[in-house]
Amino acid sequence: MAVKDSVREETIKVGGDDLIVARGGSGKPLLVLHEELGWPGWMKWNEALSESRSMLTPLFPGFGKTPRAEWILNVRDLGCFLARYLRENNLAPIEVIGFSLGGWIAAEMAANDPAIFSKLVLVAPAGIRPPEAEIFDMFTVPALIYLRDSVRDSRNTPEFSKLYDGGLSPEQYEAFEDARAETARLAWQPYMFNPSLPHLLDGTLKAPTLIVWGKDDHVVPITAAAVYQRAIKGSRLIAFDTCGHRPEVEKSDQFIKEVRNFLA
Amino acid sequence: MHIMWFTERQYHYDPEVEPDRSLQLERQILRNRSFFGLPNQNFDPQTGSMLLNQYLDEKIYSEELGFDGLMLNEHHGTPFCLGSVMDVEAAVLAKATKRARIVLLGNPVPTVANALRLAEELAMIDLISGGRLVPGWVRGAGSEQLANNANPAYNREYFEEGVEFIVKAWTTPGPFRYEGKHFHFRFVNPWVVPLQKPHPPIWIPGLVSPDTVIWCAKKRYPYIALATRLEPTVELWNMYTDQAAREGYQAGPENFGYLQPVFVADNQARAEELGKRFLYGGAFAHFARPEWMFPPGYNSKEATRRMARLARDPNLPGKPIHEGGGHETDEELEAIRQSIYARYEDSKRDLQMIAGTPDYVIPRLNKVLEVLRPGIFSFWLDGPVGYQDRVRCLEMLSKHVVPALRETGKKLGLVDPFERKPGSVPLAAGRPAERVAQPDALASMPA
Repeated sequence: MAVKDSVREETIKVGGDDLIVARGGSGKPLLVLHEELGWPGWMKWNEALSESRSMLTPLFPGFGKTPRAEWILNVRDLGCFLARYLRENNLAPIEVIGFSLGGWIAAEMAANDPAIFSKLVLVAPAGIRPPEAEIFDMFTVPALIYLRDSVRDSRNTPEFSKLYDGGLSPEQYEAFEDARAETARLAWQPYMFNPSLPHLLDGTLKAPTLIVWGKDDHVVPITAAAVYQRAIKGSRLIAFDTCGHRPEVEKSDQFIKEVRNFLA
Repeated sequence: MHIMWFTERQYHYDPEVEPDRSLQLERQILRNRSFFGLPNQNFDPQTGSMLLNQYLDEKIYSEELGFDGLMLNEHHGTPFCLGSVMDVEAAVLAKATKRARIVLLGNPVPTVANALRLAEELAMIDLISGGRLVPGWVRGAGSEQLANNANPAYNREYFEEGVEFIVKAWTTPGPFRYEGKHFHFRFVNPWVVPLQKPHPPIWIPGLVSPDTVIWCAKKRYPYIALATRLEPTVELWNMYTDQAAREGYQAGPENFGYLQPVFVADNQARAEELGKRFLYGGAFAHFARPEWMFPPGYNSKEATRRMARLARDPNLPGKPIHEGGGHETDEELEAIRQSIYARYEDSKRDLQMIAGTPDYVIPRLNKVLEVLRPGIFSFWLDGPVGYQDRVRCLEMLSKHVVPALRETGKKLGLVDPFERKPGSVPLAAGRPAERVAQPDALASMPA
C-alpha cells in the first residue's frame, strides 16, 4: 500500500468494536470514506489536500484491517457505526469525501442525520439506482479486472499503477478478497443501491454538496447523478469529459482544484 | 459395501454420430474457458429431452443390474450437468425403481432460498420411494452461488443453518416457529415428513475442504470424496478419524465413501478411447474462470490466503461473466484441446481414471479400496459417450467388476453405513483411534 510514513493507523473503540482509522495531514479534519475494493492508498490528491487537512480514513470493518463486525449487515448499519465514531470522538459536524461505495455510505449517513456533515463531496457515489443502465456488478469479475475497468483508460492514467500499490501482491489479493466479501455482505442484493435512499435524502440536506463524476464512468452510470442532484437541493455536479469512475486519479489536477475550492 | 453408479448427466453429442456438433460444442466451452456460463443458446431442447430420458433409463437399468445406489448431483447453468433440479429426477426414480437407494450428493442448501420447501421435497421422495432416500448436502460450487443469486459471503453460514433447520423440520413435532440468523419461518409444520426415522441417513460429498470433513466427523455423517487424489484423500480420512476420536467414537469404513472415474469396454483400446472423453472440454469444473470458482467470500480466509500465496496469478484469466467467448481461432483451440487430452496419461498413472477391460480395471480398483477402505464406492462415468457404450459399460461392470469388488470388500471388512451405523462404535477417551486408510498400500501399484 502506497502510504506515506506520516500516515498513522489508530485503533479506536466504537461501542464493542474496533475501528482502525488511517490519519494523515494536518489541519481541519476531513472524513474520507473509501470504495468497495478497500482503501487504495495515499494518492496525489491526498498529498495535495493534506497540506491543509487532517484526513481521517476509517478502514471499514471486514475490509482487511479492521476486524469484521458481524452485526453490520448492510450499508445503513455501517453508516450508523461510522456516525457513532464521529459523535463519540466529537468530530461531527465534519466535512466528508466519499468514493463509490464510500459516497453511498456518506449519503446514508446524511439521510439519517442531516447535521452530521458540514460539507459533502460525493465522487461517483453508488447507492441510487441509475435511471438508465445498471451499476457494474463487481462480483462478476475478479478484483483486478474491476480495478482496470474502473478507469476509462488504465494505460494512460499515470497514477493507475499506484492504486493499491499495483494490486498484484499476495497480500493485496487477500485484501481484495476481504473487501469483496464484505461488500457482498453489505450490498449483494439489490446490488449497490438502496431503493429508500432517494426518498430519505430528498430535501433533507442543507450542507453544501459537490457531486463529481466522470462522463465515461462504466461502474456507476452518470445517469444516477441527476437523481442525486434532485434529492440534494443546491448540490453542484461537476462532470469530467473522458473520465471514468475515478476522477481523483484520472483528472487529478482538476479534481484537486475543484475540491480545494469547494472546501475552502 | 454399498456400490453406486454416478454420472453428471452431461449435455453432449455423441462424437461418433455427430462429430461436428460435438467438436463445435467443445470449442465453445474451451473458448468460454469454462463450462459455467456457456450461453444457453447452445442448448438444444430436443437433445436435452433425449439425454435426460436416457440417463433416467440408465439409472433404472442399473438397479436391475444389481447396483445398490443411484447417485445424483446437481449443478446450474452448465452443459456438464443436466440435473439442475436433481430432486425432480430423484422423484422419477423413487417411483420407477424398487430396491436401490436414491443417493443425492448433494442438494446445494445455500442456494435454496426456502429450506422448508427442500425439507418437504425430500420427505416426499422418501415416502414415494418407500424409505430409500439418502439425502446429502453441499455448499454448491462457486458458480452455483452466482447462478442462484445466493450470497457467497454467507455460504457456509447458510449451509450449516440450512442443514440444521431441515433436520429439525423433519424431526421436531410441529407446528413451531423458527428464528435463526439467516432463516426465519413463522410456522413450521410440514405435513409430509420422511418415512425413515428419525430421518433419512445423511451423507456428505466433498472435494478437499478440511472444514467440511471436520463438520462431518462431528455430525457422524459419512464423507464421500469426489474423485480426489489418493494421497490428500488419505490425509482427509485421518483428519476425520482424529476428529471422530475427539467426539468419542471410532470411525470405520462406514464413515467414508469414494467416487472413482471408471470406464470398461470389450477391449483395452476402446475403453481408453472412451475414458479419454472424460477430459472433454477441460474435464468439468477444473476448467473454469476465477469469477465463477471464487465468488466473494465463498472461500475461507485460510483457503484464500493459501491461494494468494500459491497461485501465480489467481485473478487471471478473468473477464466479465456476461462476456461468453474469447476470440481464439479453431487452430488455437485445437492446441488447447490436445494439451488437455495429453493429461490422460497422468490421470491413468495416478488412478484418477481407470479405463480398460475388467482384467485391467479390477486390480486397480482393489488397490484404491485397499488404500482408502471406503464402505461406500461409486463408479463415475462421464464425457460425451453414446448411450450404447454407457449401457455396455454398466453391464460389464455389473457382470465382472462389481462381484470382484464385493469380494474385496468382504476381505477388507468394508462395512457400509447400512451394515454399521456411522459413529456407533464408541472409543474411550484417551484411547488412540485406529486409522481407516492404509497409505502403505500405495507403495505397490499394479503394473
